Amino acid sequence: MAHINLNQIDNMQYDVLREIGNIGAGNATTALSQMINAKIDMKVPKVDLLEFKELSDIVGGAENLVVGILFTLEGQIDGMMMFMLDMGAARHLVNSLMGSSNDKVDGEFTEMELSALNEIGNIIAGAYLSSLSSLTNILITSSIPYMAIDMAGAILSVPAIEFGKIGDRALLIETEFGEDGMSVNGYFILIPTLESYSAILSSLGL
Amino acid sequence: MNEMIKVGMADLNVCTSPDALTTLGLGSCVGAVLYDPIRKIAGLVHVMLPDSTKIINNENKAKFADTGIDALIAEMTKIGADRRVLVAKIAGGAQMFAFSNNNEMMRIGERNVEATKLKLLQLGISLKAEDTGSNYGRTIEFYTETGILMIKSVGKDIKRI
Repeated sequence: MAHINLNQIDNMQYDVLREIGNIGAGNATTALSQMINAKIDMKVPKVDLLEFKELSDIVGGAENLVVGILFTLEGQIDGMMMFMLDMGAARHLVNSLMGSSNDKVDGEFTEMELSALNEIGNIIAGAYLSSLSSLTNILITSSIPYMAIDMAGAILSVPAIEFGKIGDRALLIETEFGEDGMSVNGYFILIPTLESYSAILSSLGL
Repeated sequence: MNEMIKVGMADLNVCTSPDALTTLGLGSCVGAVLYDPIRKIAGLVHVMLPDSTKIINNENKAKFADTGIDALIAEMTKIGADRRVLVAKIAGGAQMFAFSNNNEMMRIGERNVEATKLKLLQLGISLKAEDTGSNYGRTIEFYTETGILMIKSVGKDIKRI
């Protein structure tokens, strides 16, 4: 069984994790594109290993208002997965999905819109995880989506705490996607337990 | 107030009057402030996990309620605080997501609060005020001149405890 230490990831493991992010996010973006019936471009994912104090800077600061959709993972891989969007991106996706006019750019989400956001999260996570599952031949099932809209730091504390149990840094797979020049930022954060990391890497022959 | 000193996740810092300490976007983590009201020396630790003894990888003392508070006291006494007069104020420990199954992983905020209070009790440090639990994030600021802890949340009024 391959062993992984988040404080000392070697280049090979790093590349594999980036590839996982690439495949997962690629599939998720395709699913999203089909759902809102628009072409969505995805940039090459960045894999970052960040110290906890740097974590919230990536989403425009700890106090920046974001939508976080969290899934717990079960099956042969335990852990969590989070999909995070800034408010502008969330509003844009909801408007596209529901066909509402794009002039409504702020304000609170209605019940219906919140439900749509949950569904967006569900489909995206499903696509991400099923591609990871077929790549590794490992069964992964996810919970229903749990959503929170709050300060980025507060939302990120939940996955950060899970990383905190196994090390002093968090592994983040960040994917930026955009539609017709409108760039929206989304972040996929995959948080397997340490044993599950090993399982993923072993399944790929590492 | 002179300078606002930021404390990140799993981090700690100390300051003297007239400076202030802040930590942004506390979720399930707990922000624990210790204060020497006579010398106006304060310290803030941003705790992520309740217990260092249950974790293999525990070099970062500020990450845990037990070792974080010890480390904070050590830093404060270095700059002249008197261990015997310290008082505490804490905030955070929210449950950010409304999980349906109530497993241990999900109750982490509550456990962080319990562990922080237990540690304070063991050290005989009196807890003067708290704003903990519930389901929303908090930004906190502690002012050494007044000893007031200010709590800001999204869509809520500012609290001063």
